[in-house]
Amino acid sequence: MKELLQVKNLSVEFQSDAGKIRAIDDVSFNVKPGETVCIVGESGSGKSVTSLSVMRLLEYENGSIAGGEVLFENEDLVTKSQEEMRKIRGNDISIIFQEPMTALNPVFTIGRQLIEGIQQHQDVSKKEAWDRACELLRLVGLNDVPVRMKQYPHELSGGMRQRVMIAIALAGNPKLLIADEPTTALDVTIETQILNLLNELKEKINMSIILITHDMGVAAEVADKIVVMYAGKIVEQGTVYQIFDEPTHPYTKGLLQSIPSDTDKKDRLYSIKGTIPSLNDLPQGCRFHPRCEFATDKCLQSEPPLLQENDREVACWNFKEVLKEKVKL
Amino acid sequence: MTTKEETVHQDQHPLEKSNILIEAKNLKKYFPVKGGMFNRQKSFVKAVDDISLKIYEGETFSLVGESGSGKSTLGRALLRLQEPTDGSIFFEGQDITSLKKEEMRKIRHNMQVIYQDPFGSLNPRMKVTELIGEPFRINKIASGKELEKRVIELMELVGLDPSRRNRYPHEFSGGQRQRIGIARAIALNPKFILADEAVSALDVSVQAQVINLMKDLQRDLGLTYLFIAHGLNVVRHISDRVGVMYLGHLVEVGEVEELYKRPAHPYTSALISTNPTPNPRAKREKVILKGEIPSPSNPPSGCRFHTRCPLATDRCKTEAPKLVPISEERSVACHYPLV
Ligand SMILES: Nc1ncnc2c1ncn2[C@@H]1O[C@H](COP(=O)(O)OP(=O)(O)OP(=O)(O)O)[C@@H](O)[C@H]1O
Ligand SMILES: Nc1ncnc2c1ncn2[C@@H]1O[C@H](COP(=O)(O)OP(=O)(O)OP(=O)(O)O)[C@@H](O)[C@H]1O
Ligand code: SF4
Ligand SMILES: [Mg+2]
Ligand SMILES: [Mg+2]
Repeated sequence: MKELLQVKNLSVEFQSDAGKIRAIDDVSFNVKPGETVCIVGESGSGKSVTSLSVMRLLEYENGSIAGGEVLFENEDLVTKSQEEMRKIRGNDISIIFQEPMTALNPVFTIGRQLIEGIQQHQDVSKKEAWDRACELLRLVGLNDVPVRMKQYPHELSGGMRQRVMIAIALAGNPKLLIADEPTTALDVTIETQILNLLNELKEKINMSIILITHDMGVAAEVADKIVVMYAGKIVEQGTVYQIFDEPTHPYTKGLLQSIPSDTDKKDRLYSIKGTIPSLNDLPQGCRFHPRCEFATDKCLQSEPPLLQENDREVACWNFKEVLKEKVKL
Repeated sequence: MTTKEETVHQDQHPLEKSNILIEAKNLKKYFPVKGGMFNRQKSFVKAVDDISLKIYEGETFSLVGESGSGKSTLGRALLRLQEPTDGSIFFEGQDITSLKKEEMRKIRHNMQVIYQDPFGSLNPRMKVTELIGEPFRINKIASGKELEKRVIELMELVGLDPSRRNRYPHEFSGGQRQRIGIARAIALNPKFILADEAVSALDVSVQAQVINLMKDLQRDLGLTYLFIAHGLNVVRHISDRVGVMYLGHLVEVGEVEELYKRPAHPYTSALISTNPTPNPRAKREKVILKGEIPSPSNPPSGCRFHTRCPLATDRCKTEAPKLVPISEERSVACHYPLV
């Protein structure tokens, strides 16, 4: 299948007091039409920066793309002007941010915000926009739609607000939806509703999804493909089955082992020792080596390249050793 | 397996947990809701509505339930951080419901709280040594060299490097900040700790470190925890018993494994079936709850869950089920319990 999005060797830098820091380094991954790709990793690993740079929203946060390409339907978004990007955002690619309360404007009704969203992208009358807005709210599973249209964000529950955000993101019929931790703040029943909704929409309108999460359980439920990031780099990527059945990077393995499991309840929870390094103080060699159980001398000296092996990728000198030990889930 | 540490924790047998540490009897906490300008009729959010509950010494009791179901309010009311509207609270057998401020202060050091947001709850202008030493200073327990010594001990106990004690909170990671919060909470040797979403904001690997620490401290210091969280796997791991809340009511209470394996309340069942599993092949049958949690100021008649319950009958619409024991270890509030 053709790729919808190809991120190639993307690097992003921020200007800080301590000089330039490279928040993501040489990141490459692809998304096919109708595919869900999950980006996972600890806090600070570069998940949000990756998604923001695909949308070219980094320029608004004093970040800049230091290299690489973002090909969307074979056109490079990196070289586009912000003017051109505005036409793409919301139409071809939409993003849902993590906190729905801050992303919705508290002083306008849901209906007004939806209608504005629609009219921004499509040349339609107010009446047509209203109808389309109602249709979108139904699509995301709200009932009492005419009432909801006239309500303000604070009158809705967290789950409803998140669904309104999804409706707004869908207003321009995007081919790609980027969802940054859309369910982290929600409880499991609402989380399930939202994840089901995303799965449904994907099938109904053949939309591609990039879902960012640090919950491996969520990734297991919705992902076709998983991209694992650590300290600004992709350390492993593969299909959801490859990642869960045979993690080849020690970090992926650690993430999987840290999930509290149903069975050995009275044991201690596994945790990856240490913490993620700060970007202006990255370790020599493999950036994971101070926390790695498989580290050898080589890992201290030189950085492992991202190797390709039957349709999956891993950056670890000792991945063959890692493969020998099965993870019990 | 590589380094799964082998410390297996002793599971207390339920019958040995004889001492009740904290007990609520018919506890209520109502919040007034402002009506319209001409609306003189007062209405209330019944955040905690007639809840009775026992927490035993040395156990971890967890509360789960949808957002807005009243978990935090119940926790805070038990500690009298929020004044109950009605009902009574007993701590070590003593009725503390109407203790005066001064008397309450003497008990308070035995009841501590760890909050969700390790950043927001720590004063950013205080050094870690001041933050952890604060409980000693406020209660005039230690000062000078002695205080310094206590702080260092506490930092070691929670796994923080004491040489970093003169740093500020923003120089620590999320998990380390949570440890600072824990050190403060255990400073005065409390018996009871309320951990309200204490690990929810942390990512899995950091979460695991903090939970292991909480379990170690429980074993070493004999702590009793009331643990509030929306991560069901975490709750299963850390708890001895679990209470399930729905719209201000406790709808099921039971031993954790039993409750997870064979939920008795349809709401518990739905909640547990929706829990994401870390297995891409397990496309489990999910009970998807229709609709949103109803408005707590205007809850449904009868059983509050009937509007979303797959088993509801006419009886459920009119008659509210009481929380009653269905076995030695389990109570449930449902006309048609599943077990
Ligand atoms: N505007 C900015 N200026 C400077 N540094 C930034 C900026 N935004 C992000 N960073 C840095 O880039 C790194 C990656 O951040 P990012 O937000 O992508 O992490 P994340 O993986 O999304 O984490 P989380 O799970 O906490 O959301 C972090 O070290 C962060 O401090
Ligand atoms: N100070 C307050 N004034 C008015 N209403 C309140 C107050 N505190 C809580 N409530 C209401 O009481 C109900 C229970 O809230 P509570 O915070 O206890 O829920 P929770 O179960 O802890 O939810 P969450 O999982 O979102 O933290 C909610 O409807 C809430 O809006
Ligand atoms: S390269 Fe070495 S240090 Fe890095 S993950 Fe692999 S084994 Fe560990
Ligand atoms: Mg992020
Ligand atoms: Mg709460």
